[in-house]
Parts: sequence; C-alpha cells; structure tokens
Amino acid sequence: MLTLTHFLVLSAILFSISLAGIFINRKNVIILLMCVELMLLAVNTNFIAFSYFLGDTAGQVFVFFILTVAAAEAAIGLAILVVLFRNKRTINVEELDTLKG
Amino acid sequence: MFENYSDSQVYLAIVLAPLIGSIIAGVFNAYISRAVAHTVTIAGVAISFILAMFVFKYFAFDGAQTYNETVYTWMVSDGFRFEVGFLIDNLTSMMLVVVSFVSLMVHLYTIGYMQEDPGYKRFFSYISLFTFSMYMLVMSNNFLQLFFGWEAVGLVSYLLIGFYYKKESAIFANMKAFLVNRVGDFGFILGIAGVLMVFNTLDYADVFAMASSKADLTIEVIPGEQWSMMTLICILLFVGAMGKSAQVPLHVWLPDSMEGPTPISALIHAATMVTAGIFMVTRMSPLFELSETALTFILVIGAITALFMGFLGIIQNDIKRVVAYSTLSQLGYMTVALGASAYSAAVFHLMTHAFFKALLFLAAGSVIIGMHHVQDIRQMGGLKKYMPITYWTSLLGTLALIGFPGFSGFYSKDSIIEAVHASTIAGSDFAYYAVLAGVFITALYSLRLFFIVFHGEERMDHHTKEHLKESPWVVTVPLVLLAIPSVIIGGMTISSVLYGDYFNNVVFVQQAHDVLGHLKETYHGPLSMILHGITTAPFFLMAAGIATAWYLYMKNPELPARIKGSFGLIYDILDNKYGFDAFNEKVIAGGTRGLGNVFSKFGDIMIIDGLIVNGSAKSVAWFSGIIRHIQTGYLYHYAFAMILGLIGLLALVIL
Amino acid sequence: METIVFYVFSAFMILSALMVITVHNPVRAAFFLVLTFFASAAVWLLLEAEFLAIILIIVYVGAVMVLFLFVVMMLDINLTELKKGFVKNLPLAVIAALAMFALIYMVVGGEQFGIEKFAVPERHAADYSNVSALGQLLYTEYVYSFEIAAVILLVGIVAAISLTLRRRPNTRHQKIEEQVAVKGTDRLQVVKVEPQPRKHQIVNSEGGK
Repeated sequence: MLTLTHFLVLSAILFSISLAGIFINRKNVIILLMCVELMLLAVNTNFIAFSYFLGDTAGQVFVFFILTVAAAEAAIGLAILVVLFRNKRTINVEELDTLKG
Repeated sequence: MFENYSDSQVYLAIVLAPLIGSIIAGVFNAYISRAVAHTVTIAGVAISFILAMFVFKYFAFDGAQTYNETVYTWMVSDGFRFEVGFLIDNLTSMMLVVVSFVSLMVHLYTIGYMQEDPGYKRFFSYISLFTFSMYMLVMSNNFLQLFFGWEAVGLVSYLLIGFYYKKESAIFANMKAFLVNRVGDFGFILGIAGVLMVFNTLDYADVFAMASSKADLTIEVIPGEQWSMMTLICILLFVGAMGKSAQVPLHVWLPDSMEGPTPISALIHAATMVTAGIFMVTRMSPLFELSETALTFILVIGAITALFMGFLGIIQNDIKRVVAYSTLSQLGYMTVALGASAYSAAVFHLMTHAFFKALLFLAAGSVIIGMHHVQDIRQMGGLKKYMPITYWTSLLGTLALIGFPGFSGFYSKDSIIEAVHASTIAGSDFAYYAVLAGVFITALYSLRLFFIVFHGEERMDHHTKEHLKESPWVVTVPLVLLAIPSVIIGGMTISSVLYGDYFNNVVFVQQAHDVLGHLKETYHGPLSMILHGITTAPFFLMAAGIATAWYLYMKNPELPARIKGSFGLIYDILDNKYGFDAFNEKVIAGGTRGLGNVFSKFGDIMIIDGLIVNGSAKSVAWFSGIIRHIQTGYLYHYAFAMILGLIGLLALVIL
Repeated sequence: METIVFYVFSAFMILSALMVITVHNPVRAAFFLVLTFFASAAVWLLLEAEFLAIILIIVYVGAVMVLFLFVVMMLDINLTELKKGFVKNLPLAVIAALAMFALIYMVVGGEQFGIEKFAVPERHAADYSNVSALGQLLYTEYVYSFEIAAVILLVGIVAAISLTLRRRPNTRHQKIEEQVAVKGTDRLQVVKVEPQPRKHQIVNSEGGK
C-alpha cells in the first residue's frame, strides 16, 4: 500500500542527494546546474504527491509553472556559462573568485 | 469689481503679491536693473495695499461677516490637521491696512534712502518678503501658520539687521536679535504645543470655542504642584510675545537692531513686526481672559518696560536709539493695555503708534541722509532751516508720540492710562503709576531729541553744513503721507474702534475685566475727550516734560552736563542699560560658553569623537580585519554558507 | 503491483541521481540525469499526473537535457582539473545531506502524513483525462499566471540570445535596420549653385590662387 509518506521520503532522498552533489562537485558548474535540476525534480515530486493525495489539481499547475521557470533558468544559466567560458576559458568555480565582471 | 469679496482669491492676492515681488527682486537679482527691482516690489505692495483697503472697507463699513477658510491642507498627521488658512475679520483687516500702508511708504522711502547702496535690490527683496510674512502672521487662522509668520518675520528681521554684513557691530546685533528671539520663540512654541495638547487642534475658531470649558484644567509641571493649564499656556505664549515685542527682559535686541538700515527700523522694528506680540495676545484674548495670573504678569512686565525703557531714552545720543527706546516704552504701553484687558486700546495704540513711529523713524532717516550718515545728535542742531519738511513732519510725529491733545497718540495713550486706572486686577496700581510717570519721561526724551536736532546751536562740521539740504521727494512724500494719519487717525477712529462695536466679534473680554465698557460710560466723543484731557494728570505731566526739556536743552544747555556729574551713579546705571547687556554677556553667554567648553572637551572630543566615532571606526576596522577572511569570493563558499544556514534555520523551526 | 513498480523506479531514480553527482564526466552525468527523469516520470504516472510525466520527458529530456549536452560538448573542459578535491568534500557532503534528510523526515514522516492522516484516494476511471482537468484549471483560474509564464519564457529566450550574441568585428553582415531606416537625403545631396557673373568668378578664382 503506497502512502503519501512514501513519495515524500523519496523526494527527500532525492533532495538530499542533490544537496550532497552541490557539495561534492563544487568545481564543475555544469554538474552544479544539474544538481539544481534534481532539486527541482524533488520539489515537483512533492507537489504532485500532495496534489494526488489531496485531490487538488492546483498542485499540478504549480509543477507546470515550476517546469516553465526551470526551463528558462536552465537556458539562461547555460547561456551565462557559455559567456563565462568564452571570457575566462574555464568553468572551474575555484578560479572564479573575482567579485566583479 | 469686487462683489465676491469673500473669495479667497483676493486674500491670496494680498499675500502673494509682495511675495512675487520679493522673489523677482531676490532670485533674479543678477538679471534685473535697480528700477525693475523697486518697480516690481512696490507694485506688489501697492496691489496688496489697494486690496487691503477694499477688504477694510468691506469689514469696517459694510459689516462683512468674518471669513474663516482653509486654503490648503499641508498635512494630516494622527488626526491633527496642519493647514494654511485665512481668518479675516475687523482686527485682521485693520492690521492689513496698517502693515500695507507703512510698508508701501517704506518702499517708496527706500528708493531715496538706499540710493547709493550696493545691496539695493536685495533690500527690496527683503522688505517685500517681510510684508508677505507679516500678512501670513496676521491673516492666519491657526497657530501653525501664526508660528510660520512669526518665524518668517523674525528671519527677515535677522537678515535686515545684518544687512550691512561686513560691519562687525551689525553681525553682533543680528546674532543677538536672533538668539534673544529664540528664547521667546521657544516659549511660544511650547505654548502652541500646550494648546495642541489641551485642545487637540490648532485652529483658532475651535480653540476659542472650547476655551472656557478647559479653564479649570491643571497640569503638574513640577511634581506636587498643580498649575492652571490655561495660565501656563498664556504665559508661554506671552513669552513669545515678549521676545517679538521686546518686553523686559527680552528687550535687549531692539536697541541693537538699529544697526540695520533706517527704513527697516521704521517698518520692522517700530511699526509692524514688534507689534506682532500685541496682535497675537489680542487675537488670543479668549484664552488670556481665562487666566488672571497671566494678565497680571503681562501688566507688570508691560509697566516695567514702559517706564524703565523710557529712562534710557533720555541719555542716548544716537538719534535712532532714542527713537528705539521710545518704541520699547510705547510697546510697554500696549502691553499694559493688554494686561488690563483693554485689548482694543492696545490695538488702537498699535495702529496710531505704527503711523507716528514710522514717521519719526523715517524723519530720523531723512536727517541721517542730510547729515551724510552721521547719527550722533551731539553733532546736529539747528536743522530746522535746512530741512523744513522733515522738521514739520517730525514735530507732528513728536507731538503725536507724547500724546499732545488732539493728536492720535493722545487718544490711544490716554485711553490706556484710563483703562489701567479703571482696572482692578493685581498689579494695576503699580502699572498706573508707571504709565503715568512714563508720560513725563516720554515728553522729556522726545522733546530733548527734537530740540537738540532741530534747534539750538549748529554743531556739525563745516563740510557737512555745506551739503546740508532737504531730502529728495521720495523721502519727504512718505513723511507727509505718514504725518496725516499721525495727526488725525486717532480722533477719527476712536469712537468706533475703542468705544464702538468694531472689535465686538474679535476681542473677548470677561465682564469683570471690562474696563473699556466702564470707560465708555464717561465717553462723549473725541472733542470732549480733549477738553477732559487737558484737566487731568497726564496732560500736566506731559507739559512738565516739555518744559523740562525746553529748559534743559534750549534755555540752559550746560545744566544737563552738571546733572550728569552730580548723579553719576544713576547715569552709570542708565548708561549700562540697567546691566541687562552685561548680565547677558557675562552670565548667560559666558556661562553657556563655559558649559559648551566642558561639553566640547569631555562630551564631544572624548566621548563622541574619541569613543564613539573613532572608536566605532576602529572597532569596525578590527572586526572586519578578522571577518574579511570569510569573504573568499568563491561562489561555492557562499553556496555552502547558504545551505548550512538553511539547515540551521530548518533545525530551529522543526526541533 | 503498484508498490513493486514504485520501489523499482524509486531505486532507479536514487541510484541514477547518485551517479549524476559522482561521475566525473559531465556527459555521463547528463545521461544519468536523463535516466533520473525517466524514472521520476514513471513515479509521477503512479500519481496520475500523466500530462506532467509526458511533459517532463518531452521538455526536460528532449530539450533541456539536450541543451546541457550541447553546452558540455561545445565547451573545452579540462576534466582532470575539475576532479580535484572530490574526496576532500565527501564527508561534509554526507553529513549535510544526512542532516537535511533527517530534518525533512521529521516533517514528512509517517506520523504527519501517514495513511491514517491521508487516505489513499480512489483511482479515477479509465476515461478520466488528466490533460483536460489541468487545462480547465490552467486556462480559467490560472490564466494570468499562464500568461506570465509565457512572458518568462520569452524573456528567457531573449536573455539567452543577448547573452551569447557577439559581433565579431571583421565579419561582414547586413545591418538591416540601417538599410530600412535610410532616407533619400542621406544618400544624395542636392546642392543649389547660385549663377554668378562670369567676370566675378574669374577674379575670385584668381584671387583664391
């Protein structure tokens, strides 16, 4: 029997993994971005689980919007990444320590 | 033209016309010629004078209803409304005419007096600004605007006393005027705060309507002492009036204010601004009537000023200072009238005094022009034959000042003396004898000045004498125009202003204090007042004063020096102006400076500069020296900090 | 049956997520991320969110992840450099992740959201359309938010293009806006020449020389 808790714990695990990912891959911006996507996935799973168990479709609408925003965010993030690489010839976060453009 | 006279447009025009003139002359100073400057300012004041005459006509002759409207709401804060509004009634309309007339005369006169001054345009800008401020003061319908006008006239007065800003003594005088007025204004604003506290509104009409219901309120200023709230408010408000209207002990600034140009002495420091205090107390009569203590206080202060400032006039040698001390003394008379609840008499004297004192000052100015800016009367004498118009007009002014029967000063001053005599409140006996003695003193110093300047031996040097001639027409025309009301305005208006119903809706007098009502029973018109006047004590005292002056300064000019020699102590006291200046200089100013030094050394340099300012800078530098190691600039460090913070916050919420 | 499906796909999801964060090669990480998305789409299907599950695969896997792959392949990344410091951060990462999981579990654990609090809802009938239910809501109640989402996407497009757009100075390209905005007077100037008497002209020209 699947309960709400199953899904919530699943997304919690996913969230924690992506959190660990941010710690581990602190040098590679691309993987950092992927970890952010994973976090959003975890949150979305939460929303959908609640939506199903509460019988309210509004949760799915939220997920829809989160997907939209996440897509835009990924696009802009990657664009920034490209510009960054073009200027610095690296995406190593450790070398990006000047707080100015 | 003017059917809709209650329209606020007209009142706005009165107020704004001089302001516009002032702005044009002041802001565009560099772009306009002298002729443009005096044309626009005089046009502004002339417009407001004409409109003021219409307004006066509608109130005095057509019996218009009191106009009380808000023109503009500045802000509403916590239920208090701060507004700009006009309250126009008989008192206001009379003040408007007096202010605009004297101001117009002074504007005209200035063309001649300031002819050679480099600050010509600036001067016109200031006096028009002053006119605007005075209008705001007299036309306001609430305490806030009153305070605005009050401070604005103070500001212009400050600017004008220090008009010759390169002159050391002028700077000292305007600083002194400013500081002394601050003392008065502090009392005044505390009084306004008291009004706001008690009545919850600043609007005259509302305050006066509620006044009698709040008469029994008390306040505990010092623990254990219950003071009447109304007395406290009235005395605080009167402290403001003491500053502005130069009553003892806040009078010290007025003689020094003579450092300013003479037209200013006439307009601001004799005719209009210094009467603001008198006007204010009259306006607040519903409040002052509720506190007999405050009235006694006013009466005593006024009596002291009237008598003792008169003494000082006798020994002064600067032509303007003599007139200045006479102004102080006359302001004392008005204050005495206020204290005796004869508000109408005070305002009546205010009006007549405005005309003849402006006249005397302008005549003094005319003499100064003729003497090439020599102000010491010991170097004058026998000017009669050189300056006939000045001579005759100042004779009229002097007679009006000493209250010669038939002249306007006679009506107002005699009424005040009679009113004080009839008054029964505490201190009125002292005040009666003070003002009675004041009559003798007034006649003495006025005629002394007159005789020394215009008669007797010609003591000026040869060069001055050669160039001595009558002043140009822009100077003499205002003299003549002011001489006319100085003579006739008193007899013309006394029946309606003092004993008629002119101030019925404006001034509120309690039955027990109604001295003018008491005098009215024996009043049978201006002519019979003259007949009665020449049989009473004031007339004989005045005659004695004239005779003494004549004997001392015409008949036997050596005598004053001998008197001076034998009464050295008294002379010294008078010469030091009773030591007010010395006291202020040494004790108040010196004490303040000493206290300031202490605070500067310990409070400012040690605690604030050393510990707080530099100390905080140092501690920030020290702290940031440590903390800056956290600011690595690595993105992931910030991300870690963020995540750890998030975990921490979650833990805080959940656990 | 459902329980088995859930556990299988959950296991897929967690394992592939772990791979995403541990592999060194970004290309492989991206592929594992795709796998994670597939697995979670299956989980979403269990929750009757068919439309979103499809969208996740089409949009995320089809577009966003492909974009990731493009970027990874476009950039010349020095992988050896990026591998350093991996082990050093591992303990901290594990601790932070465990702490986060523990905290979230306290909130979402069985006592708050267990079966006794939230009963399992009835399955919808076979003809139930998740797409139309979502559409009804989206185009009525959330229509303004929907419009804003559209604007955000537009802004995203514009931002991405404007960030990466660059003009190389020596390339030749048309400036269309200048070509359209050009006016006749810019190209051709008509000069009016005053007729002058001949004699004067000669004198002038000589004087000039």
